[in-house]
Amino acid sequence: MFRTALRNVLAHKARLLMTVLAVMLGVAFVSGTLVFTDTFGNAYKNKSAKSFDHVSVAVQGEGSSSYDGGGDDGEAKRPPRLTDAFLEKARDLPGAESAIGSVSGFTAVADKDGKLVGGEWGTTGSNFYPAENGKDPRYDFTEGAAPKSAADIALDSRTADRTGYEVGDTVRYSTDGPVRTAKVSGVFDTEDGSVLAGGSLVVFDNDTARKVLGKTEYDEIDLKAAAGTSETALKSAVEKILPKSTDAVTGTQLSDDQADMIEESTSSMSQVLLIFAGIALFVGIFIIANTFTMLVAQRTKELALMRAVGASRRQVTRSVLIEAFLVGLVAAVTGFVLGIGVAVGLESLMNSAGASLPDGPLVVAPTTIVVALLIGVVVTMLAAWLPGRRAAKIPPVAAMNSVHATPTTRGLVVRNTIGSIIVALGVVLLLNDDNYVMAGGAAVILVGVIILTPLLSRPFIAASAPLLKPFGVTGKLARLNSVRNPRRTASTAAALMIGLTLITAMTVVATSMSEAINKMAAGSLKADYTVSMANYQPLAPEIGEKLDKLPEVAASSPLRTAYGEVDGSYSQISGVDAEAFGELVSLDFTSGSLAGLQGDSVLVDRHTADEQHLKTGDTVAVRFEEDDKTAKLRIAGVYEQNEMITGLFTPLSVVDPHLSKITDEQVLVKMEDGTSAKAEDAIVKALGDNPAIKIQDKDAISNEIGGAINMMLNMLYGLLAMAILIAVLGVVNTLAMSVFERKHEIGMLRAIGLDRAKVKQMVRLESIVISLFGAVLGVGLGVFMGWAVGNSVADSVATYTMEVPVGRIALFLAIAALVGVLAAVWPARSAARLNPLMAIKAE
Amino acid sequence: MTTTPFAARATAVAARATDLSKVYGQGETQVVALDHVSVDFGQGEFTAIMGPSGSGKSTLMHCVAGLDSFSSGSVRLGETELSMLKDKQLTKLRRDKIGFIFQAFNLLPTLTALENITLPMDIAGRKPDKQWLEQVIDMVGLSGRLGHRPTELSGGQQQRVAVARALASQPEIIFGDEPTGNLDSRSGAEVLGFLRNSVRDLGQTVVMVTHDPVAASYADRVIFLADGRIVDEMLKPTADGVLDRMKHFDAKGRTS
Repeated sequence: MFRTALRNVLAHKARLLMTVLAVMLGVAFVSGTLVFTDTFGNAYKNKSAKSFDHVSVAVQGEGSSSYDGGGDDGEAKRPPRLTDAFLEKARDLPGAESAIGSVSGFTAVADKDGKLVGGEWGTTGSNFYPAENGKDPRYDFTEGAAPKSAADIALDSRTADRTGYEVGDTVRYSTDGPVRTAKVSGVFDTEDGSVLAGGSLVVFDNDTARKVLGKTEYDEIDLKAAAGTSETALKSAVEKILPKSTDAVTGTQLSDDQADMIEESTSSMSQVLLIFAGIALFVGIFIIANTFTMLVAQRTKELALMRAVGASRRQVTRSVLIEAFLVGLVAAVTGFVLGIGVAVGLESLMNSAGASLPDGPLVVAPTTIVVALLIGVVVTMLAAWLPGRRAAKIPPVAAMNSVHATPTTRGLVVRNTIGSIIVALGVVLLLNDDNYVMAGGAAVILVGVIILTPLLSRPFIAASAPLLKPFGVTGKLARLNSVRNPRRTASTAAALMIGLTLITAMTVVATSMSEAINKMAAGSLKADYTVSMANYQPLAPEIGEKLDKLPEVAASSPLRTAYGEVDGSYSQISGVDAEAFGELVSLDFTSGSLAGLQGDSVLVDRHTADEQHLKTGDTVAVRFEEDDKTAKLRIAGVYEQNEMITGLFTPLSVVDPHLSKITDEQVLVKMEDGTSAKAEDAIVKALGDNPAIKIQDKDAISNEIGGAINMMLNMLYGLLAMAILIAVLGVVNTLAMSVFERKHEIGMLRAIGLDRAKVKQMVRLESIVISLFGAVLGVGLGVFMGWAVGNSVADSVATYTMEVPVGRIALFLAIAALVGVLAAVWPARSAARLNPLMAIKAE
Repeated sequence: MTTTPFAARATAVAARATDLSKVYGQGETQVVALDHVSVDFGQGEFTAIMGPSGSGKSTLMHCVAGLDSFSSGSVRLGETELSMLKDKQLTKLRRDKIGFIFQAFNLLPTLTALENITLPMDIAGRKPDKQWLEQVIDMVGLSGRLGHRPTELSGGQQQRVAVARALASQPEIIFGDEPTGNLDSRSGAEVLGFLRNSVRDLGQTVVMVTHDPVAASYADRVIFLADGRIVDEMLKPTADGVLDRMKHFDAKGRTS
C-alpha cells in the first residue's frame, strides 16, 4: 500500500503542487509566528536581564513599578520614603557596594522641527546618578559626557539618530509645563526597557532630573552587593532599615518578573498571529480536499481494480490517506523551513519599519518543529479523509465500466438540508445579545453557507449570464463549465469567501465606528481646539488661565477631573467653567439646562441618573475620592451622555476644594474666528511652543481615533492576506484541474476553430466567475455580519449607525476579479498550449 | 512519385498535398511518418484513406486539415497554402472552411445537441443559415432530440450530432478521423450513409481516415498508404475489393 501511495504521489507531482503550496504557506505562517515570537521574546529577555545587572536589590515604593510615568499623586501627603538620607544609609550597609537612586517621568523632547520625538507614551526623562566611579551603570556613553548641570541633557543613541541631534546641539524639552532648553552633553546606549520598545530616553543630572520631573524623592533605589554578599543577604539587611510602605526586591526577582511580563505579551502576540494562521490553514483544507477528490475521481478505475483484486475498503481509504500523509509531510517540512525565513524576514521588516528589536540568536524550539510537522500532516490528512472514504465506496465493478459514475444529486439534497438548518441556527444565535453567542452564531453561519455554496453556485452563475454575453461563445462555455462540478466550484469559492467575509465584516464595523466618532466629535464638541498634555498627564492650571486671556479666544474651560461616588456608584466628576461650558460643548438635555449650573450644582448623565433614580431638582451627595469629603449638590440638569462627554459636571468652585493639587485633564477652547492655522499658531505661541502640549482640532481628534482604527484594520488586512493568497492558489488549482480534465474538449474546440486567445479567455472568464462568486458571497455575508456586530456596538455608542463602505466593497470585488485574471494566467496558458491533435487522440 | 499520379479526376481540387513529408526526431531515432506524399482531393468527392497502423494515414489527414505541422512540401486548401500560415490563421481556416468528425464524437457535454451543432458558427460569431440547418438536422434525423445533452444520447446519435456539426457550417471540406470507430455496425452504416448523401446530394467534399473496408466502400475513391507513402488507389471501391487489396499489402509487408 505504501509503495502504491508513494508512486501515486510521484506520478501526480504537478497536480499536487498547489496543494503542497497551500499547506506549506499555512505551516510557514504557523512556524514563522512561533520562531519569531520565541526569538523576539528570548532576545528581549536576555537584553532586559542585562539591564538588571547592576541591581542586586531594588527598593521601590509599594505598588509602584520601575517604568511608571512618574505620577506623583498624593506623594506630598505620604511620609518620606526613598530620600537621599535613606540612600546614604543603604549605601553604608555592610555588603552593599554601591547605591544609585533613580527617578523617571514623562519628558517631551522637540525635534529640529519642534515636533514631539517618539510616541506619546514612550518619551521618558531620567536622572544620571554617578556611582563611586563617576559612572551610572544604566547608561553607556558612546559620545560626549554625562550631564553635569541644568544646562545639560543626554540622549539615547536611537533618539539622537532619529532627530539628528549631536553633542553640543541645543534641545528644547518640557516635562509638565514650561519649555526648557539644554545642550546635548552626550549620547548613550542603554538597555532600558522603554527604549528597547521604541521609546526615547533623555537623561539629566540628578538634581535637575528631580527638579524638572517634580520628584521630592527617588522612585527606586538600586543597591549593588559587594563581592561575597548574596542578593538575599543584602535584601534582608536592607529590609531592617526600610522606610514605611516600601519593598525590597532582588535583582533576580525583578529580572524574572520582567521575563514573565515579556513572556505574557509575546504569547498573546503569538496567539493573535496563530488565529490568523489557523484561518489560512482552514482555507487550505478546501484546496487539499479538491485535489484529492480529483485524484480519486481520476483513478476510479484503478481503485476499483484494486478492490476487484481483493483490497478492502479500509485499505483503499488508507492508501489515499498515506498519499495525503506524504504530501502533508513534504509540505510541512518545506513550510517549516520557509517559516524560519519568514521569522527572519519579519524581524528585518519590523526593524526597517522603525521598531528596534533586540538582536539575538534564532530560537527554534523543539515544540515548534513538532507543531509545524504535526499541523501540516494532520491538516492534509483530515482534508483528504472524505475523498478517501469516497474512494472506498467505489464498487469493484467500476473497473469494468468505461464511464465515470457521476455524483448523485442525493448527496446535494442531504447537504443542502444540513446547510440550511445550520444557517438558520446561526442566524438565531447571531441575533442574540450576548457577544460570545453572537460570535459563535457568525461562525456557525459561515459554516452553514460553506455547506450551501454548491446550491448557491447555480443561481449565482446563472445570474452572471448577461455579464458574460458580450464574450459570446467563450463566455457561455465559461459559465457552463463553472457549474459542471458544483462541489469543486463551491469549495474553491468558499475558500475565497472566508477571507472576504472577515475582511468585509471588519471593514463595515470599522467604517461605521469611524463615522460614529466623527459624528460624535462634530456633534458634541463646539470647541475649536482641545489642549492637553501629549501623554494625557495632568495639565498645569496656568495653561488654562493663559489661554483664557488670549485675545483670539472667545471662550475656554478646563476639564478638571476628579473621581468620587454618587450615592455609592463610582463616577467621574469634572469641574468646568460653568459660563463658558455651554459655548464649548453641546449637551442634549433630557431635563433641566446649563443655566442652573451655578454654585453647588451638578449635571448628571442620563445613565447615572437612571441608575440612581435621580432627577433635575434633586439634591445628591457626592463623596470625593481624594479627600473623602462629601458635597451636597443640586441637580441642574440631566443630559444624554456619549463616548466623549460623560459623567458629572460641576462648576470649578465645587471641585477645587477637594483636590490636593489642582490640575486639568484638558482645556477646551473656542476661538473668535474658528479654526485656522493662525489661530492654532496663536495658541502654540501663547503656550511657549511646548512639545509636551498637544493641540487638536475636531478633525485631529477624530483622526486620532480613526487613525488607530484604520491602523488596526490595515493590520488585519495584512494578516488575512495569507488566507486570501491560499484561496487564490485554490482557484489556480481548480482551473488547472479543469483544464487537465477537459483537454479533449479544449482540443476539439481548437480543432473546430477556437483560437488560442479565445481558449485563454474562456479559462480566464471561468476563473473570474468562480472568484466573483466567492467574493460576492463573502462580501454579502461580511456586510450581514458587520450589521449584526454593529447592533451590539450601537447599544454602547449612541451615534453608531451602519455605514456600508460602498467604495471599499467595490474595490474588494474589483480585486476579486483581478485575482481571477491572475489565477487564470498559468492554467489559461497551458490550455492554450494544448495541441488539438494530442487532445483528440489521447485516451 | 513526386509527380501527381493520384490526382483527382475531372472535378476541381478541394485540397492538394504536394511532396508532403513529416519527420519525427533526428538521426538514429528519426521516424518518417510521411514520405514525399502528393495527393489531390477532388471537390464533391468522398475519399477514404486506408492503411495499416503506422502507415501515416492519420498524419496525412491531420496535415491536410491544418491540425498538424509538416516538415517539407506543400498543402493547399482551395487557394490557401497552409505552410505559410501561423496558428491564428490556421485556426481561422479550420473554423471557416473545414468540418471535423472525430472517432470519440468530441461533443461538449454542457451544450445541447443543437448548441453543439451550431458551435463552430457560434465561435465564428456567425448566424447559422436557418434553412440549411433544418435540412442538415432533418437529414441526420435529430429533429426530436435537439434539446438533449450528449450524455442523454446514444453513441450513434452523438456521432450524428457530430456529423451535423461538421455539415452545418457549410465547410469546403470535411475530415473524418475513424468516424465509425466507436460505433456498432448499424450506427456506423447510418453515419456513413449521411456522409455519402452529403457528397451526392449536397456536393460536399469529404475525406475520411478508416481501417474498416466496409466504411471505405462508401467512398468514391480509396487511397492506400503504407510506410508513409501512397501505394495504391481504388475507384468505386467495394468492401471485398478493399479487403483484398489490404490483405495483399499485409502479405507484402510481411514478406518484404
